[in-house]
Amino acid sequence: MPAIEILGLEKTYSVGFVHKRPKCALHPLWLTVEDGEIFGFLGPNGAGKTTTLKLLMGLVFPTAGSARILGREWTDPSVKAQIGFLPEQPYFYDYLTAHELLEYYGQLSGVPAKQRKQRVERVLQQVGLRDVQGVQLRKFSKGMLQRVGIGQAILHDPKLVFFDEPMSGLDPMGRREVRDLMEQLKHEGKTVFFSTHILSDAEALCDRVAIIHKGELRGVGAVEDLTSSVQAKVEVIWQGTQIPSAINALGAECYVSGDRVRAIISDSQQDAVIDSLRRERLRLIAITPVRTSLEAYFVEKLRRAETTAGTTA
Amino acid sequence: MKHRRKITLVACACLVFSLAASSFVLHRVDQLRPQATLDEVLFLSSPKVIKRASLGYDGLMACVYWTRAVQYFGSRHHYYAPSYNLLAPLLEITTHLDPHLLVAYEFGSTFLAPKPPDGAGEPQRAIQLMEFGIQNNPDNWKLYYDLGFVYYLELKDYKKAAEVFERGSHVPNTHPFLKIMAAQMAQHAGEYQTSRMLWSATYQTTQDEHIRKNAFEHLRAIRVEEDVEHLQKAVTRFGERTGRLPASISELLAAEGLSATPADPDGHPYKMTPAGRIEVRVPDDFPFATKGLPPGYKPKYAPLQ
Amino acid sequence: MNTRIAHIASNTFREAVRDRVLYNLIAFALLLSGAAILVGQISIEIEKLVVINLGLTAVSLFGVVIAIFIGIGLVSKEIEKRTLYTVLSRPVRRWEFIVGKFFGLAGTLVVNTFFMAIGVFAALFYVSHKFVRADALILVALYFIVLEFLIICSLSLLFSSFSSPLLSAVFAFSLFVTGSFAEDLRNFAGMAHGLSRWLATGAAYLVPNFSAFNVITSIAHEQRVAGQLILQNTLYALFYATMALSGAVLIFERRDLK
Repeated sequence: MPAIEILGLEKTYSVGFVHKRPKCALHPLWLTVEDGEIFGFLGPNGAGKTTTLKLLMGLVFPTAGSARILGREWTDPSVKAQIGFLPEQPYFYDYLTAHELLEYYGQLSGVPAKQRKQRVERVLQQVGLRDVQGVQLRKFSKGMLQRVGIGQAILHDPKLVFFDEPMSGLDPMGRREVRDLMEQLKHEGKTVFFSTHILSDAEALCDRVAIIHKGELRGVGAVEDLTSSVQAKVEVIWQGTQIPSAINALGAECYVSGDRVRAIISDSQQDAVIDSLRRERLRLIAITPVRTSLEAYFVEKLRRAETTAGTTA
Repeated sequence: MKHRRKITLVACACLVFSLAASSFVLHRVDQLRPQATLDEVLFLSSPKVIKRASLGYDGLMACVYWTRAVQYFGSRHHYYAPSYNLLAPLLEITTHLDPHLLVAYEFGSTFLAPKPPDGAGEPQRAIQLMEFGIQNNPDNWKLYYDLGFVYYLELKDYKKAAEVFERGSHVPNTHPFLKIMAAQMAQHAGEYQTSRMLWSATYQTTQDEHIRKNAFEHLRAIRVEEDVEHLQKAVTRFGERTGRLPASISELLAAEGLSATPADPDGHPYKMTPAGRIEVRVPDDFPFATKGLPPGYKPKYAPLQ
Repeated sequence: MNTRIAHIASNTFREAVRDRVLYNLIAFALLLSGAAILVGQISIEIEKLVVINLGLTAVSLFGVVIAIFIGIGLVSKEIEKRTLYTVLSRPVRRWEFIVGKFFGLAGTLVVNTFFMAIGVFAALFYVSHKFVRADALILVALYFIVLEFLIICSLSLLFSSFSSPLLSAVFAFSLFVTGSFAEDLRNFAGMAHGLSRWLATGAAYLVPNFSAFNVITSIAHEQRVAGQLILQNTLYALFYATMALSGAVLIFERRDLK
């Protein structure tokens, strides 16, 4: 059973006071997230990531469409007990201490009193806030608040966790910790759905990603599949400073450094290049496939979307 | 740090200086405006408007206006004011806000009717106030008493006074005094005895110090008038017997068979003028006396400008 | 369901306390003690009257101010600060949130009133040196004041569910003032004709009628309050508060939390 099934969720706001203009925050979205995976929801700022999350949380009501979470309707209140949510740049009741906040949230999530105490202790330990649990949240730094946020999201041991920009505002140490935590959650069998605009994080963590831009889905799939769909490149290194004309004719990018030449060619041109080097009796040193980054895929997808929009406009 | 210290010192000095200076100036301003708080202007004079503006907190507003009324009268009375224009409106507002504030009616009956400087000189408004009070507190005998008082003393309408005392005598738990007064009106209206009964009753039953003091002064005045009338009658008798005026008060006393000279409530003996008038020694001490005053006597108190 | 509402209510109470709302009791105590001491010098026979009038008026006014100023922020502040997101992502129904907030605020006011009541009785003892049976009527006046608070809390919550704190304060305060004139509105409706009659009558019944709750003046004169009135007022307050809360729930259930 998929953890999340988004079935055409759509959100249009009417903007303006007198003359109401419709503004589409999310075009009909169809998406499935499998059980037990870490799913990345990527897109630039304003793409509709937060809108999607709010729709799933029931904070905002869809103009059309529906969704199923853990097999039940997303509006079913019993679903809420099984999910955790960390909003973007979270803010909590600043007059409470970390301990009190987690206690309160545990009460609201229906965690029985006996277990609550243990869970709160464990979560505080897990997010590294045990030493400051008695300090009021108004004294917390951004990073500490983020950790409290993660804590409250996993406190009641949910099956599915939603994170909206979980790394935002964290220093490299913090980001590493969050990444480790998400790995840990996956290890525990939970499903993680998180949105971000930082692609390197997604690349490192996610099993699958979806890319959203201007409210529309641009691509879904496993990271390797996506990156491989972009024209794969190969790096060829040979001895010498000569660049065979055949290779030049292929339009490869060549770099000469010292007594070696480095050329980036497309995967399909591999055989032609090797033949060319053999003919010129140049010594081949290495042939390495270049891992295309998700960023390249991302940028290409977006650029394509812009041009399509340009042509249709 | 030194810079900061300097600013702190300067700021403190400024603060202290300006506080002292502003207080001083305010004091001067207050002196320029003697009746700053309640001049002869009542911005909101409609009882209904004020009742609305109280947002339901009528009781407290009534207490506030009552306090203002007492202060108003008290401070002006101190200077023997020639008018008390705001007393009636203030009392009307007070009673409108709290119709059960009995002490306001009592105050009104005592001080609205008499002429200045003893009162506001508005007996009709006093009657209106009392009738309003009776309407809202029909079982309070004291209100009938106070109303009868106004008719008797100021308007000298003994018939009306008797009617009111009679009405009041039928109230449950009424003071038996009212029945007595109703009867008294019929036969002895205008006599000292009656007036003394009224003022004594007021003196004994009131708890307001202004009213009590007022009643006390009236009782003193009655005593003086009685004494003066008594002595003046003696002078007349002497004249009828001897055909001349007594040479001195001692001669008069001897003729009457009195050993000591009768004295006024302050202990000063009455004197007799060569013209045969009996007078008190210090008229200013008896503001309500209408007898025993020197001819052409004007009260020493200066009316408020 | 009930435990969630109870938890939200107690958290709301905790917020009020930590926001130092209860410090208003200090101002109240100062006001009342000052008045009790001064009043003896103003008019002797009405000391008790002044203490009761002033004490109960202060309880009422302080409470109304607190009810409005905390009430208007109850929902809008949470939306603005987005503390609501993590609450509503839990198995908390939106209506439970509203009801919980209501009980939290009402509870705060009841506790506040309790302490103030002690102050009023203390001041009364100071000026009268003894208690009489009629003083128990003060408890009735306090009960009515608490009923008023319930109505105002529910209205503040209603406005908070859809409007900004500033506007909510203006609306709530206006309704409080209009509520004191509710009887005039009805009289006016009785005299008007046609459309204005309908509008005025509608307004007269929609606006909370506070005049029936204000028995401070009569209690200061030791007049008894009819048992019927106590019952009717209780019912009116409960129904009115339920009406306002239902409105709040209806609005809040549909609101997009952007």
